[in-house]
Amino acid sequence: MLDDFFIRALLAGIGIALITGPIGCFVIWRRLSFFAGTLAHSALLGVTIALVFELNIALSVFLISAVIAIFLLQLQTKTNLPNDALLGLLAHSSLAIGLVIIGFLTTIRFDVMGLLFGDILAVSQSDLLLIWGGGVFILIILKIIWKPLFASTINYDLAKAEGMNPDRYNAIFTILMAAIIAISIKIVGLLLITGMLIIPAALARNISNNPIQMAFLSTIGGLLSILIGLFSSLEFNTASGPSIITAALLLFLISLIKTKKFSELKK
Amino acid sequence: MENKNKVLLKVENAGISLNDKSLVKGVSFEVKQGEIVTLIGPNGSGKSTTAKIALGIYKKIDGKVKTYTNKIGYVPQKISIDWTLPVRVSDFMTLTEELTQDQINIALNLTGVEHLKNKSLSNLSGGEFQRVLIARAISKQPELLVLDEPVQGVDFKGEIALYELIKKISDKMKCGILLISHDLHVVMSATDYVLCLNGHVCCSGTPHNVVKDSKYRELFGDRASNILSLYEHKHDHTHSQDGTIDQK
Repeated sequence: MLDDFFIRALLAGIGIALITGPIGCFVIWRRLSFFAGTLAHSALLGVTIALVFELNIALSVFLISAVIAIFLLQLQTKTNLPNDALLGLLAHSSLAIGLVIIGFLTTIRFDVMGLLFGDILAVSQSDLLLIWGGGVFILIILKIIWKPLFASTINYDLAKAEGMNPDRYNAIFTILMAAIIAISIKIVGLLLITGMLIIPAALARNISNNPIQMAFLSTIGGLLSILIGLFSSLEFNTASGPSIITAALLLFLISLIKTKKFSELKK
Repeated sequence: MENKNKVLLKVENAGISLNDKSLVKGVSFEVKQGEIVTLIGPNGSGKSTTAKIALGIYKKIDGKVKTYTNKIGYVPQKISIDWTLPVRVSDFMTLTEELTQDQINIALNLTGVEHLKNKSLSNLSGGEFQRVLIARAISKQPELLVLDEPVQGVDFKGEIALYELIKKISDKMKCGILLISHDLHVVMSATDYVLCLNGHVCCSGTPHNVVKDSKYRELFGDRASNILSLYEHKHDHTHSQDGTIDQK
């Protein structure tokens, strides 16, 4: 029989996979993998600030991610350093500041490992509510902005010239990314959430030829990773977050074999 | 001119500078319904920049730009679609506008690439991609078309056909066209108004007047002035690629 905690873990994982599937596609299309990683790293700072000021963790992580995103935009106008350098600078300095603050929090017992790699097996009812509530909200917004966001992703000038207002939709997308990281940090952890965003979308690219199909397959890939990862973590008694990402990687490798077969068929 | 058609785009004394270096300045012109306005000039003279200013792509510009329509079709000079983006031609056609399958087919047919409808954008050749870009821009039946070197990479025969198509569209759909072209033959034959750019407007007017302008000769050389006379004799024959004359 499955225990309650495992059912909750499954439900939480499925919720995460449903959101990261389509959003992950945009992360790949827009070349935001590093950006997603940076936001995830800054989540540690968000968590520690939540602990210091006794705030809601998800809300605090969301706010810090948003601040980091705005700060990045400011930095881009102030210096000519390439984007990946700025992202590395922000990711590791926010991580470092978060860890320094943790050092001061001698009175609070704190599970850094759980934060880094997630603890899907300790999901509570209210966590589930946050994931599914927030998830539905994020997906509805994405559905609404899909067309202009996609146009801005293909070509900024074209979208702008034809009245799609790309700046607005780029900003909304950044906020959605911050929101995803905020609601999923507890489940897969800040080191692994980027994996959940990128790997299912990457495997979907190998076997799809249009954007809607890729978003769909990416979601399926994410769901399979969650199921395989969670059941094998139960079976082999391994950590759940890393098991999920390992499962995703295996699926990605399988998708590579498939593309080869496809291209051979075409010949 | 007897053109009393609606003004679609009005650019007044517009310009833009980047890092204190002026890219283009003091450009003024209008595009009316059914009119083709062409920007010519050497490389780096600010043609594409001027088009982008007119389209409102830049945030900070000098001068004023007013658009009197929101039905705009744009063919940018350079666009690269990454392999990461799985986009078929049919997906690309509906990028900024909802279209029926019929509308997509008709537009692709006009530019001669209907057979590519389900192909991936990243697999197209340069010329094929240009044809798709033009098809996309006209499929939404725009009131204002901005074409930045629309036939680059298109084969010689296709080039003429596409320019004829552009002319036909401007006549039939009554849309205004802002065109950037290197092909002086085409510019002089099909255009209502020419702006000769080199960081600023060197000279402007009807093709007839511009060709006679000394600044035009400075910019393009004396041979370019003969363009018009070549064209004016073009009623009964066409020139093929090697310069020989084919009688019609």
